[in-house]
Amino acid sequence: MTDKDNQLLMGNEAIGQGLIEAGCQVAAAYPGTPSTEILQAVIDRAELAPEPLHIEWSVNEKIAFEVALAASYTGKRAAAVMKQVGLNVAADPFMRTAYLGVKGGMLTIVADDPGPHSSQNEQDTRLFCLQARVPVLDPASPAEAKSLVPVGFDLSERYEVNVVLRPTTRICHSRQNIVQQQPQRLERTAHFQKDPTRWAATPAFLPALHRKLNQHLAEIAREPGLQPQLTPGNGSRPRLAMVASGIVYSHLVDLLEELDLPRCCDLYQVIMPYPMNPDFCHQLHRAYDRVLILEETYPVIELQLAHPGAVGKQSGAVPREGELTPDVVHQVLADFLELSPPAELPAERRGQRPSLCPGCPHRAAFYNIKACFPKGIFPSDIGCYTLGMNLGAVNTVHCMGACISQGAGFYHAYAQDGEVPTIVVTIGDSTFFHAGIPALINAVIQQARIIVVILDNATTAMTGGQPVPHMGIAAGGKETRAVAIEPLVKASGVDFLEVCDPYDQEQFKTLLQQADAYTRRPDGGVAVLISRHGCIMDRAVRSGQPAFKISIDEHCVGCRKCVEAFECPALSMDPISGKAVVSQDRCIGCGVCIPVCPVDAIGKEDKA
Amino acid sequence: MKQQLIVSGIGGQGVLFLTRVIAQAAVNRQMPVLTAETHGMAQRGGTVLSTIKVGDFASPLIRAGQADVGLLLWEANLPVHRSLLRAEGRLLVNAAGAGEGQRIDASGIARDLGSAVLANLVLLGLAIRQKALFCSAGECETAIRQLAPVKLADQNLAAFRKGLQG
Ligand code: SF4
Ligand code: SF4
Repeated sequence: MTDKDNQLLMGNEAIGQGLIEAGCQVAAAYPGTPSTEILQAVIDRAELAPEPLHIEWSVNEKIAFEVALAASYTGKRAAAVMKQVGLNVAADPFMRTAYLGVKGGMLTIVADDPGPHSSQNEQDTRLFCLQARVPVLDPASPAEAKSLVPVGFDLSERYEVNVVLRPTTRICHSRQNIVQQQPQRLERTAHFQKDPTRWAATPAFLPALHRKLNQHLAEIAREPGLQPQLTPGNGSRPRLAMVASGIVYSHLVDLLEELDLPRCCDLYQVIMPYPMNPDFCHQLHRAYDRVLILEETYPVIELQLAHPGAVGKQSGAVPREGELTPDVVHQVLADFLELSPPAELPAERRGQRPSLCPGCPHRAAFYNIKACFPKGIFPSDIGCYTLGMNLGAVNTVHCMGACISQGAGFYHAYAQDGEVPTIVVTIGDSTFFHAGIPALINAVIQQARIIVVILDNATTAMTGGQPVPHMGIAAGGKETRAVAIEPLVKASGVDFLEVCDPYDQEQFKTLLQQADAYTRRPDGGVAVLISRHGCIMDRAVRSGQPAFKISIDEHCVGCRKCVEAFECPALSMDPISGKAVVSQDRCIGCGVCIPVCPVDAIGKEDKA
Repeated sequence: MKQQLIVSGIGGQGVLFLTRVIAQAAVNRQMPVLTAETHGMAQRGGTVLSTIKVGDFASPLIRAGQADVGLLLWEANLPVHRSLLRAEGRLLVNAAGAGEGQRIDASGIARDLGSAVLANLVLLGLAIRQKALFCSAGECETAIRQLAPVKLADQNLAAFRKGLQG
């Protein structure tokens, strides 16, 4: 094996490599933790593809799914990639696809986030698949995730169904030695065979399609290559069995090894949690009195098994929420096998909370929004700027694009009673394109009086800087037509539109006050302020702006305002002197903190 | 040969890079390796943890009291991640002051080299000097060369050697 064949890859990179090797020709995604690096890996490896490969960061997950879907109609292999809540956005086409099917292999890769670590919930895509009637594969390691990519395409093509691959955070963001293979050359040309009874199926055709789907699912459930894998026990506990899927299976394997209990009873790894083979269910009912079921996050296998001796989430033996870490599994296993209980875990301590980067333009915007409207209501959204919470300038965070409609909802509820507080919505540029535009149009036509601040940092920052539509750059740095924000805002019927660099704090505050006055004018309505300054993580932004040497002098009275209300991570209180200090390791010298200090103790000089 | 390691720090300190260097050293030895990393929101200056398991393992995560080695880039994480370490585990801490574990002012040394983020490799150097890791200094240098951007390779190696020589 050469070094090149055996590489250390992150699970997401392994999946991306798997897509290239399997001959995927259209890959579309919207970024979201923990799924983002999958499409990035496809971009990074695009030149390994022996045949043409279209890769896109779509504007949202619904679009990514539909683009991949139609490509599959032509007979080519296609993939849509998203995080678990992205599937909610793509739910509409996803559900119908189950009935209509696909042609070329179609893989929907949905990364779940048990915990959750970086998501607004810990929903289980496998349960979504159960309700959508879509086969789903649940890998237990990065290497297995890669190997299931061609398996999924193959299954998809043989039954003409969409197949879901569901890695979780611990697969996506784990690294492992991965063996690489030569990419397949499929030599397919696009050929869309028109069939209105299928691709445009009206209700008249749907019962037949539904029947066919159910037949397929019954057959898929018995697919020989996707059956639960048995590691037989040594016979010491003949009426007990353990069933696990995904990364929890791997935790269990290590744990049994470490406790010197390998083969203590029959152990099954479920690779396809839906559809499950009814023969497997019957066999478990017959052969075992008690069955421990370990899976993340919802009891999907447990529900289908319906075993009277099930020990799992339904029975209350396994925690119903949060990640099933090896420590949690240890506790559950000790109960199940009646072992001595593990040492009590120390109370979980939270580490340092995350915050907006030193010099982040969002901090300047949030600080001044809060300063202008201390009693305002601040709906916000998903992205780095969620961290505006630390500055008290983010009151709601719900799901992509919700902030504008929530802002409008707040307005209508308050307006009925008379007095309306200032409502300032903050939404990132990528989120605005994703789901903000219909909400903005709706706010305008429903005559909501709110201020919408579009935080335009020219990138999708939270997930590592994917391109946004107004920059004229597509996946992999390719040039494309830029779609600017301003004309979209104007065309949505907004008559108050201003653009300002939030580093220009005086001007920014003036515009916020003007916007507030506009929303309160008889002929007023929605006011939009674009807060425009590049993400500070972008090297070009950093090198393109002045950097001062910042220091705090003896006038500091220790009021903590710069540390707490402004919350720059480069500032902290010195426990000995009781005064604020600047960490030169972290300060980027933006100078935005200077006007924050009530006694002018923060000063700047040009860097030597 | 099996070893379980944790790397603890806050977003922006190069925890991921240090994790990759150690894991790459294992790959170069043809040893199986698994890591788990923190990505997403926490990377914005919040507490981040990587685990590295070298040898025959299935899961990338480490149970409480099972880590053989702890590399702490952020001293304040000690109360958060200390419990992952075995009683007899090796603890290496980036800290200027005295306290638990073997310590080095990695940030101070890195600052003198021109960039505080090099503290990660200074700490790695200390770990090798203390013979806490499964791999040798030469193997670390090879891995650093493989993973560092060409422009920064020399600076990275200098940081590693500072920690190595003390
Ligand atoms: S200049 Fe002030 S606001 Fe800017 S990074 Fe430094 S401490 Fe933070
Ligand atoms: S520097 Fe100014 S704002 Fe910060 S604590 Fe001192 S007096 Fe307060």
